[in-house]
Amino acid sequence: MNAGDQKDGAFEYLTTRKDELVGWARKFSLFPYPFVTACCAMEFMSVSSTMYDTDRFGAALPRFSPRQSDLLMVVGTITHKQAPVLRRVYEQMCEPKWVMAFGVCATSGGFYQNYAALQGIDKIIPVDVYIPGCPPRPESVIDGIMQLQEKIAGSSHPIVSDRF
Amino acid sequence: MSADLLERLRARLVDEGREAAFAHGLLAVQIPREALLDTAKLLKEGFGFDLFLDVTAVDWPDRDPRFDVVYHFYSTRDHVRVRLKTAVTGTDPVVDTLVPLFGAAAYMERECHEMLGIGFRGNDDLRPILLYEGFEGHPLRKDYPKEREQPLVRYRE
Repeated sequence: MNAGDQKDGAFEYLTTRKDELVGWARKFSLFPYPFVTACCAMEFMSVSSTMYDTDRFGAALPRFSPRQSDLLMVVGTITHKQAPVLRRVYEQMCEPKWVMAFGVCATSGGFYQNYAALQGIDKIIPVDVYIPGCPPRPESVIDGIMQLQEKIAGSSHPIVSDRF
Repeated sequence: MSADLLERLRARLVDEGREAAFAHGLLAVQIPREALLDTAKLLKEGFGFDLFLDVTAVDWPDRDPRFDVVYHFYSTRDHVRVRLKTAVTGTDPVVDTLVPLFGAAAYMERECHEMLGIGFRGNDDLRPILLYEGFEGHPLRKDYPKEREQPLVRYRE
């Protein structure tokens, strides 16, 4: 029998609030779905690879199926023609889910105001964190991820919700 | 040699009631719209302009005729370019299609049709190519309001 299997009564249990525990677990296991449409992709590659390394925040493993992911990163300009696709991807994600608007185009349309560009993805889906910049610096993206983590840690995590 | 070719081409075209002048190293030709097919055919078969580069249009809202339809051709043998311009009115913005001569014209005529509302007689596939079905109006015309949106998804309240 291994020494570790012997129970001596020390550190056998801990007390915490359920929301804190679940929030702590969820904030470090963000599985992003990169919905990448435009030039911000370059900054997304930069921030997710070695130099800035979003893996340090538990948010590096991209899932290319919306059903397996819980953070929708909208990286780049969304056009009216693409809007139904984005909406459908969002609807396919399982709860709990969060949305990040990466760069000014996703946030507000940026400098595009014309027949083609959607003036911010929050017109069609709810957004949790906005990252301004054209494109945003990797530091601002990391700041956005950390703010999202704070939001996740601070919110309530019902085991059974009215939507479930 | 290429300057020589363009000079011969210019002399040939001016003879037939068209205006031709050099601009930025290429030959710019103004033609009536009835002469479009014949001119394109002459360029392709008589002078070796084998590559159809582009068709687009220019909207002059205060001018009559309102639109200029602009074509660019390139010769892969002589490495020179020719621009054709033909004016059409706002009430009848139609020109002949160049698809029988250049297959690549099919897609570019579709784009020109949706963006500026130019009709191409003889091109029977003018479905939208960049815009979506149900889009009203022609967004690159000067009278299309820049704020006008035609969303496909209903906005959240």
